[in-house]
Amino acid sequence: MVFDTAWLHGLGGGLLIGLASALFLLGNGRIAGMSGITLSSVTNVNTRAGRVSATFLLAAFAGALAVAAWLQPIAIEVTDSVIALVASGVMVGIGVTLANGCTSGHGVCGLSRLSLRSLAATLTFMGAAALSVFLLRHVVGVSL
Amino acid sequence: MRYLIALVSGAVFGVGMMVSGMANPARVIGFFDVAGAWDPTLAFVMAGAMLPMAFAWVLRARVKTSLVGDALPGPALQTIDLRLFGGSALFGLGWGVAGICPGAVVPALSVGGWPVALFAGAMLVGMLIARIVLNKIGGVSAAHAVELNASR
Repeated sequence: MVFDTAWLHGLGGGLLIGLASALFLLGNGRIAGMSGITLSSVTNVNTRAGRVSATFLLAAFAGALAVAAWLQPIAIEVTDSVIALVASGVMVGIGVTLANGCTSGHGVCGLSRLSLRSLAATLTFMGAAALSVFLLRHVVGVSL
Repeated sequence: MRYLIALVSGAVFGVGMMVSGMANPARVIGFFDVAGAWDPTLAFVMAGAMLPMAFAWVLRARVKTSLVGDALPGPALQTIDLRLFGGSALFGLGWGVAGICPGAVVPALSVGGWPVALFAGAMLVGMLIARIVLNKIGGVSAAHAVELNASR
């Protein structure tokens, strides 16, 4: 089990994610759902909503860069299998668009307002992710 | 003002994703690998994120508009249909493969190199395909249109 001070980082970072979403909700009246924000920043470039979305994402990139520079070395350990990355990306993209939300929209913003719809979505994608990891790691036996 | 708020909340979000470990695919997969070396960190991230948001929803009920004067999101949708389950299942299955969710993409791009960029491209293609198909078959039902507007 990986259990050092990671849980503290998790909790602290989680609080920041929640604060950011709270500010976006009460400040701009918008739900900080990342799948919606990402799609809107690409498809609604000529609307104010789209530009606000793009601003959010650019700032998130800058904030992440700052952390990476500050807390060396920060780990982004990701597979280098092209097939896995493309398949995963397409599935995630189609899935969140059908479900109208992902970990941030349904998970953080929806669950915290006690939405049953978001609970159903969150339980489904969490369970499916666990199933996917189980199948890949322990049935097929690949470590991507 | 809208842009300033987006700037601050975006930056705090990016910092939070990196500090928490949510932007690190290996840690995310570790959380879902219940049959392996289980890493519980993600549960703390979700709990931590839910706390300020729960307060925000309580506050939301007491104010008429957002800080900038825009309308606040209305009541949550209650539609629980096949589209929700199918989409969420597809998202979860894909999430388990590379360990990157839509919120992690942009923060992880900072130091993630070409694999994250490739994932990001594939995800955008998936989103656009789904959006186009949904628009074609009139998949933006009244309920979903409300949700889309609320998220704008």
